[in-house]
Amino acid sequence: MMPFTYSRAASIDQAIEMAAGGRSHLLGGGTNLVDLMRKGVERPSGLVDVTALPGTIEETGGGGLRIGAAARNSAVAAHPLVRARYPMLARAILAGASAQIRNMATVGGNLMQRTRCVYFQDVAGARCNKRAPGSGCDAAGGFNRYHAIIGASPQCIATHPSDMCVALAALDARIHVAGAGGARTIPMVDFHRLPGERPDLETLLEPGEMIVAVEIDASPFARSTYRKVRDRASYAFALVSVAAGLTMRAGRIEKIGIALGGIAAKPWRALRAEAALRGGPATAQAFEAALAVELADAAPLPGNAFKVGLAQRTLGAVCIELSGSDR
Amino acid sequence: MAIRINGTEVAAPDDVRVSLLDLLRERLHLTGTKVGCNQGACGACTVLVDGERVLSCLTLAVQAEGRSVTTIEGLGSADSPHPLQLAFIEHDGFQCGYCTPGQVCAAAAMLREIEAGVPSYVTADLTAPVLVTREEVRERMSGNLCRCGAHNGIVDAILEVAAGRAA
Ligand SMILES: Cc1cc2nc3c(=O)[nH]c(=O)nc-3n(C[C@H](O)[C@H](O)[C@H](O)COP(=O)(O)OP(=O)(O)OC[C@H]3O[C@@H](n4cnc5c(N)ncnc54)[C@H](O)[C@@H]3O)c2cc1C
Ligand code: SF4
Ligand code: FES
Ligand code: FES
Repeated sequence: MMPFTYSRAASIDQAIEMAAGGRSHLLGGGTNLVDLMRKGVERPSGLVDVTALPGTIEETGGGGLRIGAAARNSAVAAHPLVRARYPMLARAILAGASAQIRNMATVGGNLMQRTRCVYFQDVAGARCNKRAPGSGCDAAGGFNRYHAIIGASPQCIATHPSDMCVALAALDARIHVAGAGGARTIPMVDFHRLPGERPDLETLLEPGEMIVAVEIDASPFARSTYRKVRDRASYAFALVSVAAGLTMRAGRIEKIGIALGGIAAKPWRALRAEAALRGGPATAQAFEAALAVELADAAPLPGNAFKVGLAQRTLGAVCIELSGSDR
Repeated sequence: MAIRINGTEVAAPDDVRVSLLDLLRERLHLTGTKVGCNQGACGACTVLVDGERVLSCLTLAVQAEGRSVTTIEGLGSADSPHPLQLAFIEHDGFQCGYCTPGQVCAAAAMLREIEAGVPSYVTADLTAPVLVTREEVRERMSGNLCRCGAHNGIVDAILEVAAGRAA
């Protein structure tokens, strides 16, 4: 049996030191990593448990929030300030996984979770460029109902599975990271990469760096929500999801933030749709038309072409929910 | 540091890759906790850690060091069943019974979550007190699958216990 180590980091510096070299992986709730280790997808030589590091949720000077990476998903969703000021974030987290998994999962682990592409998880039976660079992609000609419709590459068409991250993208969150070389901050919208030639590289985190906290500004939106469409009513990954926030002024859209889940390798911030909508009326028609602009470059596959229309209708429904207006 | 399991201190296994589920079943022979999928998808392995429901198949036993674990054996016994167990019998909340320990552990924690005001995805107003409705219970129990399809009885049993506690 291969020797295997487990240690519990008592400080961020200690965690960075323990994980240096990259052969030990950081362990949050383990809901993704333990599963992938059992399947042979991840093969660390040890684990550095980071759940004892700060997981506090604190108000920042500007009325925003700073959430420690070790905060449990359930604690974030249940926090009174998150519920009152960032409904889209609370709802996105509550739309994910199950209560048991949300009790275990950490914010850091949620950001870093790997794709649910079945071929990625099938070590013995499938080719996968993300798991084994250069081996091929069995999803391309296979079962791709859950795969990307935009931003994919010939190398990989996987989606990022997180719900929480979609809301963080719409809220322009910032990810605070630290490593041996010091600390830095990465905008959430840039944190995850598109696959390109290197689907094995999923985030801007460098080897040896870790997530320390997530920060969000005071919410600019009067109303916000998260809507998830899936193959069953609960406890399933998104086919398509929408996080959206809206502030109206004299019948016109003043502030708007939209991000979509289930359609790309990263939470898809819909900047083009936002630009098309700003200053106009909040109608389902306008939202659906704006998303057509956003998804102009979409390249859906036979198994997931339905996602284009589904995303439009979902955004239309979200508009009705947020503005109270009908068609 | 030991793990406290149903009130008894147990040493964590030497191999740190052993899951809490395997520690319970294979080493301590507490076989009430069931293995369904062993990958987080069914809820059969649900136990309580420091009173919160978690999946023991995705928890490494070492992660429970210094914590208190409650399994179905610690929740109720044949001589003194938990009120949820009695309600499951009353409402046909099972057929084969395989998912039942996980369902009961999950339900016990879920009722406390509702009492603490924790919202769910179907809660209309995230800042208002949570009501115990059928829709809420179905959403909150969605992490526990039942292949026998006893879900309606399970929800009835939970609603009855919730009503009794509120009274
Ligand atoms: C059956 C099932 C259904 C699910 N359904 C959903 C769903 O519908 N929606 C959804 O959003 N999610 C879903 N999930 C995924 C779940 O949200 C993630 O597994 C969870 O968020 C991961 O968090 P964790 O703390 O358990 O991470 P871990 O499994 O501990 O770690 C995941 C990764 O993050 C790394 N990591 C952990 N902490 C840090 C850190 N501080 N800095 C850098 N790297 C770090 C680890 O090294 C590892 O690579 C589901 C999971 C399961 C098993
Ligand atoms: S889509 Fe990406 S993750 Fe899935 S098999 Fe292809 S390369 Fe692997
Ligand atoms: S056995 Fe743990 S969730 Fe299925
Ligand atoms: S009673 Fe048979 S699986 Fe639920």
